[in-house]
Formats: sequence, C-alpha cells, structure tokens
Amino acid sequence: MKNLRINTNFIPLIITICLFCGLFAIGSVVYRGFFSMQVVLNLFVDNAFLIIVALGETMIIIMGGIDLSVGALIALSTMIVGFSMANLHWPPALAILAVLAFCSLFGFVQGYLITYRKFQPFIATLCGMFVARGLCFLINQDTIPIKDPFFITVATTRIKLMDGAAISLTVVIAFVVLAAYIYLTHYTKFGRTIYAIGGNEQSARLMGLAVDRTKVLAYTLSGFTSGIAGIVFCFYMLSAFGLHAVALEMDAIAAAVIGGTLMTGGVGMVVGTVFGVLIEGIVQTIITFQGTLNSWWTRIAIAFLLLAFIVVQRILVIRRESKKRIRPVEFI
Amino acid sequence: MEDKNKLKKRLIDYQMFWPLFALTVLLAFNFFFIKDFFAIEIIDGHLYGSLIDILNRATPLMFMAIGMTLVIATGGIDISVGSVLAISGAVVSIMIGGDMVFLNGEQQYVSHYPIVLALLAAIAVSVVCGIWNGLLVAKLGIQAMVASLILLVAGRGIAQLITDGNVVTIYYKPFFYIGSGFLLGLPFSIFLVAAFLVLILWLVKKTAFGLFVEAIGSNVVSSRFTGLNVQRMVWACYAISGLCAGIAGLIVASEVKSADSNSAGMFIELDAILAVVLGGNSMAGGRFLVMGSVIGALIVQALTTTIYAIGVPPEVTMVVKALVVVAIYLIQSQAVKSKVKTQATPPTLKSKEAQA
Amino acid sequence: MPGAPDHGMAFFLTRSGGVNKAMEAENVLVRMVGICKEFPGVKALSNVDFELRRSEIHAVCGENGAGKSTLIKVLTGVEHNETGDIYLDGSPIRPKTPMDAQDLGISTVYQEINLCPNLSVAENIFIGREPMKMGKIDWNEVNKRSALALARLNIKLDVTGRLDEYSVAIQQMVAIARALDISAKVLILDEPTSSLDKNEVANLFRVMRKLKEQGMGIVFITHFLEQVYEITDRITVLRNGLLVGQFETAKLDRLQLIAQMIGKDLAEFEKAIKQDTGDQAKVQETIFFQGKEVGRHGTINPFDIEIKKGEVMGLAGLLGSGRTETARIIFGIDKADSGEVFIDNQKVKINSPEDTIRRGMGFCPENRKIEGIIANLTVRENIVLGLQGKLGLWKFLSMKQQLEITNKYIKILNIATPSTEQLVGNLSGGNQQKVLLARWLATNPELLILDEPTRGIDVGAKAEVQKLVLELAKEGKAVLFISSELDEMVRCCDRMAVYRDKTKIGELQGDEITEMKVMQTIAGEAG
Repeated sequence: MKNLRINTNFIPLIITICLFCGLFAIGSVVYRGFFSMQVVLNLFVDNAFLIIVALGETMIIIMGGIDLSVGALIALSTMIVGFSMANLHWPPALAILAVLAFCSLFGFVQGYLITYRKFQPFIATLCGMFVARGLCFLINQDTIPIKDPFFITVATTRIKLMDGAAISLTVVIAFVVLAAYIYLTHYTKFGRTIYAIGGNEQSARLMGLAVDRTKVLAYTLSGFTSGIAGIVFCFYMLSAFGLHAVALEMDAIAAAVIGGTLMTGGVGMVVGTVFGVLIEGIVQTIITFQGTLNSWWTRIAIAFLLLAFIVVQRILVIRRESKKRIRPVEFI
Repeated sequence: MEDKNKLKKRLIDYQMFWPLFALTVLLAFNFFFIKDFFAIEIIDGHLYGSLIDILNRATPLMFMAIGMTLVIATGGIDISVGSVLAISGAVVSIMIGGDMVFLNGEQQYVSHYPIVLALLAAIAVSVVCGIWNGLLVAKLGIQAMVASLILLVAGRGIAQLITDGNVVTIYYKPFFYIGSGFLLGLPFSIFLVAAFLVLILWLVKKTAFGLFVEAIGSNVVSSRFTGLNVQRMVWACYAISGLCAGIAGLIVASEVKSADSNSAGMFIELDAILAVVLGGNSMAGGRFLVMGSVIGALIVQALTTTIYAIGVPPEVTMVVKALVVVAIYLIQSQAVKSKVKTQATPPTLKSKEAQA
Repeated sequence: MPGAPDHGMAFFLTRSGGVNKAMEAENVLVRMVGICKEFPGVKALSNVDFELRRSEIHAVCGENGAGKSTLIKVLTGVEHNETGDIYLDGSPIRPKTPMDAQDLGISTVYQEINLCPNLSVAENIFIGREPMKMGKIDWNEVNKRSALALARLNIKLDVTGRLDEYSVAIQQMVAIARALDISAKVLILDEPTSSLDKNEVANLFRVMRKLKEQGMGIVFITHFLEQVYEITDRITVLRNGLLVGQFETAKLDRLQLIAQMIGKDLAEFEKAIKQDTGDQAKVQETIFFQGKEVGRHGTINPFDIEIKKGEVMGLAGLLGSGRTETARIIFGIDKADSGEVFIDNQKVKINSPEDTIRRGMGFCPENRKIEGIIANLTVRENIVLGLQGKLGLWKFLSMKQQLEITNKYIKILNIATPSTEQLVGNLSGGNQQKVLLARWLATNPELLILDEPTRGIDVGAKAEVQKLVLELAKEGKAVLFISSELDEMVRCCDRMAVYRDKTKIGELQGDEITEMKVMQTIAGEAG
C-alpha cells in the first residue's frame, strides 16, 4: 500500500466517519427497524447520483474553485436522454453518449472561461447553471417519462448481497466512479497538480506544473462526472424534467465540507465526501423514521451540521496558525 | 481645482459607463423591435406601460442588489438572501393572514396582528438573519460563501417551519399597497426603493461608511492597522443585506398576496449577484457603486421583460441573462487588459520593480 | 570608477588577462551579454552583462529598482529580454518559461518559498516528476528519494509531514533540495536569508559551500552586506538598470561597495541627513509610553520599556530578535499576555490598534505594501484614512478638507504624484512610504512607530525620512524607530533598546550609541 500521509491529515476523515457511525447508532437505538443492512444500503441507492456529483465537486473545490452548474447539468442530462429517446427515437447508447459528450463540452467551456478569460469560477459556473437550466426548458417545458426498456431494466435490477439486503446497479456505478476518483486524486500527476493548485496556484506555476491545462481538464472532468450523475439520475427517477436536482450543488458542496474538504482549497479527500453524502442521507432517514417531522427539517439539520463542521474547521485552522507547532529536524 | 476636476472625471468616468450603456442598448433594442414599448397610458390616475412595469417588478431585486453590493464590496458574498426573503414573507403572512369578519354587515378581512407590528417583525427577523451571517463572517472569520450557504440551506426550512409547510394567503387589503399600490401615479414600491436608495447613498457618501468599506474590501490588514473597526463594518454590511432581503420579501409577499416558502425568492440571489456585476462592481471587493447595481437590477429586469415581450418562452431568460453576463465579463476583461498596457502615467522603474 | 560596460570577451580579457582566456572560457557556466529589458515606460535593464563560473558563489547587489530581479527573471525564463544573448556552458540558450530554465539546469529558490504548504515535504520535492509504477505514482519511491535529497543537505526529517509544519528555514531547504534534484548546474538564491535566524543562516551557508565544492555555480542575491562578505567570491553591482561592475569580493571594501551601489559620495550622504537637525534639543524627561513586564507567550519575552516625548527611541537587533514583535504589541496589533502598560501616566488596557490610535499612536509597518498602504485607493484616501478612522463613522471630512490635508502633506513630504487621485499602488516605494507617513502625521500622533521605514526606497527618500524622524523629535513627539541598517539607527536615535532572540537584553544612551557598541551588545560581549 502506498505510504500514506501522516495521521494529522486523516483526522478530519476519522471525525466524519465517527459522526456517521454515531448517527447510525442513535438511529438504531431510537427507531425499530433502523439497524438493518438495507437501511445502510438504501443510503447508497437513494444517493448514488449525489455521491457521483459530489466527487466531481470535491475535486474542483480542492483545486480552489467551485462548480455551481452540476445540478443543472444533471437536469439537462435527463432532458437530453428523455427527449432524444422519446421524441428522436435514439437508442439508449447514443443518448448516453450524447449526454456525456455534451456535459464534457459544457465543463470544458466553463473551464476555458475560468482559466483563460479569468472569469471567477463562481460567476462562470453560475452562468453555466443558468444556461443549462434554460436549455432544459427550451427542449421541453414539462416532464418526459423515460420508458426505454434498457433504462427500466437498469433501474429495477437489484443485486442481492445477502438476505434482505440488495443494492441497485447505480450503486455499482457510483463505486466505480469513486474508485476512479481515488486513483485520480492520489495516484496521478493530474490529481496531485490539483492539490498543488489549491495549495498555492502561483507556486504551482513557478514549479513548472501545467496549471492551466489541469484547470481546464478538471472542469471538463467535472462536467463529464455530472453527465454520469445525470444518467444515474435517469435510472433513479425514470423521468426528464427541467426542475430536477434543483439546489443539488449545495448538497454536493455541503457533503464535501462535512467530508473534510476546505473551501479554501488544497485539502480534502474524496472518501470523506462519500461519508458526507451518507451523513446527509442518514439525517434524512432519521427524519423519515421519525414520521411526524416534515422533510424540510432535513434542510435545517444539514445546515446545522454544516455549521458545526465549518466552525470546528475554522477553530482548528486558527489554532494551527497561532500555535505554529514547528516540527523538529535532525542535522546529520 | 485640478484635483476636483480630476475627481469628478473619475467618478463619472469608468464605473457608471458600462451599466448605463448596457441599459441604453437594451431599451433602444426594445424601442425598435417592440411595438408600444415606450408607450405610457394613464388609467384611473395610474401610469401603466412596459417601462413602468419594469421599474415596478425590479424593486425587490433593486433592494437585494443594494445590500449585495455592500457585502460584495467587503470582499464577501451573501447567497442566503433568497431564503431570507422567504422567511420575511413567511413571518409577515403568518402575522397578517386575514381573518374574515363581518363589520357593518359587510365581509371584511382583518389581520391577526396590527400591520405595523407584522411589518416590523418581518424586518426584524431579516436583520437578525443578516446579523447571523455577519457573526459567522466577521467574528468567526468563516468564508462568506460557506457561511451564507448555511442560512441558504436552513432558511427555506425555517420559512417552512413558520408557515407550517403551507402556502399562506394574505387577505388583508392595506398590505397590498406595498406591492400593488400607487402613489402619485407610480407604483408605491418605486418610492420605497428611491427612499431607501437615498438613505444608503447618504450613508455611503456623506459618512465615512463608503470609505471604510472600500478600504476594508481593498486591503483588510492595512485597514485594521489603520484603526478601522473591521468587524463592526463587515457585520453592518451583512445586517444591511439582511434588511434589504427582508424588505424585498415584504414587497414580493404583497405583490403575490401570499407566501410560498418553497419558491419565494428562488434564484433571486443569483439575479442580485448578476445585477451587482452588471453594475460594474468587482466580485473581489474594494471600490463599489451602489447606483451601478441598481441599474444592473434594471438591466436584469428589462431583459426579462424584453424576452417576454418578444414572445420567447420565459425559461430562455435564464439563458439570456447568463450569456449577457458572460459577454459583459469578456468585454470588461479585454478593456482591463488594454488599460494596463497603455498606462496614462508610466510607472517609475522603482514602482515596476516593486510590483514585479 | 569601474563599470563602463565593455562588451563580450574584451571585458573579461581586461579583468583576467589574455593568457587565461581559454581557461576562463572553460570555467564559465553562465554568460549573459548585452541584456536589455523594457517594461512599459521603464528600462529595467540596459546592456547588462553577467558571468557566473563553476564552483563559485556570486553575489548580485543593488538597491531596489537596480534590476537584480529582472536580470534573474530573464535568465530563468520568467521574462524575455529584447536584446542580448545568454550562454550556458558555451551554448546559447533562450529559456521561454521557468520550465525551460529548469530543464536546462538553472533553478531558482525565491524569497517567498514557492512551494505548496498543503503538500508533504516529499511531494513538494517531486511534484510534476513523480516516479510511476504501473500507471500509479510510486509513493514509496517518492518518500525514499526525497529523504535522500534532503540527506544530501545533511538534513533528516519526516518527509511525509506537511510542508507548513516545518520552519521557514527548513522549507527553504526543501526548496533547495527540489532545485538540486531537478537540475544541478546553476542555483539562484533570491534573498534567501531574509527570514532566517543566525543559526539557520549558518546552516544555509554550510550547504552552499558544499554545493560550491561540488562544482555548482550559485547566484546569491541579497541586501545583507555582511553576508556578501562572508560567503561570496565575486560581486556584480547593478544600479538603475545598468551594470556598474563585477568585482572580486576579497578586493572590494565595504565602503566602496556601498558607494558603487548608491553612487553617491558617502560623506555627501551623511551631510544630507545632518543638515537641518543642527544641535540636538536637550533631552526630554516626559515619559509618554511605559511598559512593565509586557510580554506575549512565544513571541516576545516580558520586557520593560520607556518611550519619552521628544526623543527617538530605537529598537536594535538582528532579524528575528523581536523588534517588530515589540512594536506590534506596543501598537496593539498583538495582545500582550503579561504586564502593564501606561500611557501618559495612566494605566491602560490595549485590545486593538483602535485603542492606541485613539491615544495618539501611529504605526508604519515593515511590510508596507501588504500591511500599510491600500494600493487600490487614491493618495487622498490613503492619507485621510487614519484621521477619519480616529474621527469615526459620522464625522466625515468634507472633500474640501480632505484635499486640504492631502495637499498639505504632499508638499511637506515632497510626495511625487501626478495628482491626489492617483492610485497609491502606482507610486514608487519611496513615495508609498511617504503616503503612509502622511497618513499618521495627519492624525497628529504623540508616538509614531516606524518599522523599517527606509527599506526598499531610494537614497533621496531615505534621507528625507530620516530627516523627518529627527524633526518629529524636535517638535516634542516620541518616535520608535526600527531599522536593519545600523548606521541609520546610530544617526537618528537618542536611545536604543537592544534585542536578541526575542528578549530585550539592554539599553544604550547618547554617546554609547555607536555601531560598534550596538554590535557588541547584540553579540553579548562585555564592555
């Protein structure tokens, strides 16, 4: 196994995992039927698309940028798939390819504007979000059901892991994407350059890293990832609609922060983000189990969690800067 | 004297040009392509027409843009304003509502609480929201985007809490005056904005507020070392942003005569940011121009109206807004590039070295 | 006076004698000939030659604006020269990007450590060139090789630790290790010792000597003249974009070097300062600021200090000895952990600069660009900001008042600016310092703290600042003065507190204040 970085870097991840376990424990104690494998697996089944999109978002945030267009791209993906199959009678393979190609192009354009035209990422991806949503409605104002047999098959297939515990194919897709991102962020030059840019972009340039190329590629990849998430979303909802995934980017960002990613860039782990999504999911599950609370309590709870994490992160950063514990060095 | 002239030139010069230019282009386009766009007719002593319509509909956005300008000038941002708008609408609608009673043999609606109390409560809650954001950003030093993200996520939930998940309809007539009433022939909300604008401009130009905010936005460390109370100023800007969102919420609730906590103010924070950017303000903070943002809000609204008038589906507004912003940004960045190349006063060798 | 630039080989022939021409050529690592570089409106380099040999440590000296940075940037591909040639090992090169220079074997370690603080030490050394195994980064190799790279510098540490967990001096070593690992021909060190303490400087020099023995050519840019004499073999002096000359360190004495750099007769320089100050006013006894056992854990050990009205109090000591930290505590930027503070004989609690400014203090920070001036605001706004901050939000100075104040100080301090509405960021360093001074003078302070006010500004402005300091004291104000240039301190100060290793170790008064005495006190020698 690779020589992992020293423990201090893993502390945020450990905290997040503990939080998840803690929440699961609380849920199990308070509610009957909570402590089951299926409950845990459903977290993945219901949030596969969010996991995928949050991975892309994490990568962008680590690089020091932000991508607000991911939710809109998911909606646009569903619309492209739905429309092309229902109205243009495209085969599913072509529709999927079209989505991936278009979303990548979309990400590329955003990346270009940010890198070479010096747009602020916030503004560029905000405009991207507007354009993507607008395009959805330009294609079709209402929902389009997805009735293609391939999609329905994938949507309904369940892989049984053990008695009473099954996952959908979308979960498998999510894990494949996760594996790809772990490889990218920890074992490729591209991924390490992203961390470097997030740490100090100017230094990265002076060190000779291909900063501009990496940035454009990262945004393109984010677009591509949103496309995958969009297709997974199709499997999940079996419909196309311009108002799908509204404000999903905020959930993705929240998941990244709860997972230990710093908004200032340079710090974060994709595995942490996955747990961030799971935590959001388990909060929702607890509230569903509770039964009486309306689902908008989830929003408040997640906001509270986000607040807690941000404040703690902030305190830790302040502590680190003031104490400046200098590590000892030997002279040989 | 020289300096005073130079001062005037700088003020009128670069910053206001672009937003005014953009607005003029838009209006000119409308003039040529849309029948009767500039027509104003008087019905019942009230002025009606596309221009009036734009002004009227733009008022909530103008309020938002004013608050957003200050926050962005300090180098931050407030993406929670839409949620605060929803909360404000929720508070006021719950407190007013409208119970049907019989007075003098006629059906009438009275409000649950005195209207003044309801208005004050809504505004107070909004200001508290702004203070909350300010606490996170100014006192705890949390990144503005992240800090206001919390209220963005929680805010709608809180608004839903207040209205118990329902869409609350308001029946109390006097309340409608805010959003739908007329004064001197023009919609009342325009006067609200004008009055508020005057107040803010006074604050910015006639007190040290503007100078302090520009200093803090340009260089927060130097400002602190010069003795400015950075925390207090930044906090105040977020409070004002909350206030603006609250007033906007009142106008919207009054226009729509209800409070829909789910969709009220959806995406308006994005419109507000666009308005500020269109107004020539930099997202990085520092120098700011409130008037520019107000014009920016008009541009955004005019765009929307133009698109409706042409007969294009409403969702296209989103695409057009985005493309317009992209275009403006591209032009602005080109302008900045060429400005740097041909500097009016060539920097001395020493200053270049210092910069390099 | 040496330095009229001759071109090409002729220049080197006259310096070294014809017979050695062939040997010289072999030994020459880098040669830059006739380099010209212009920025809009500014000639940064005019016909500059430079030569670096193997196994040599070569200093490049010059005041700010002399062209040192530009010369190096041209060599390393950050900037491109319009005319002139560069040769490496005899072959012409034209580096277009820092990567090009790096590939050719020329590496730079900048003053601001240009590494990524969030990455590990090992990763910083290898990023962009990580050894791969089966399509994956081989972290074991990365860690192993980086440990080796550091061992070459005689350093052992945990390479998987984050870079910013280590001291600045070590971070610099990491930067050097990276530079060495990538290329091994030319190493350029740009102001490497600015943030290092004595031991760390000694360590750096040890490494430099070792590399020199191994055949490396090292370019050492610094403004610390003592260090130039300690470690370099030759010195190239630039002034105003022109080559003044190339000298052998051993044969150029210090005074001559300074004369070359500032191009002024030293005696003239001293005259300019002492001109208007006449005889010193009688020593004032009124104490304005008094601190007892004031300290801050980890920053500065508890000290006593008295600053009197009408006198210039200096804080002397080496870099890192605690002078700036003392100033920051006195002004209220950092809060003291211990001790009591009295202002005008009244006990006060200082929580922030607001408190001290209200009581009549002002502070010109060391890092004037980042902590002092506000570059995007105009001269007028920068100047009135201090006074306005004191007056508060509601008592806004009218435009007329603002212009009055601004013009008054433009005149008094001789600030060169086309108008009051010029952005301060566009002014030269010296004028920026003057704007900063004007800001505080406008508040009519009782105590003005100046931290390195003459750093990085031209000689004329330096003299004006020193004159101003002495004038302020004459008017009955108190001045706290910090400067790395000992002669400046000796010239201006009536009393001096001496610091070493974050502790105040002594005080000197009146006649005791000589360069020798100060250095002895710092060194800890008796007498």
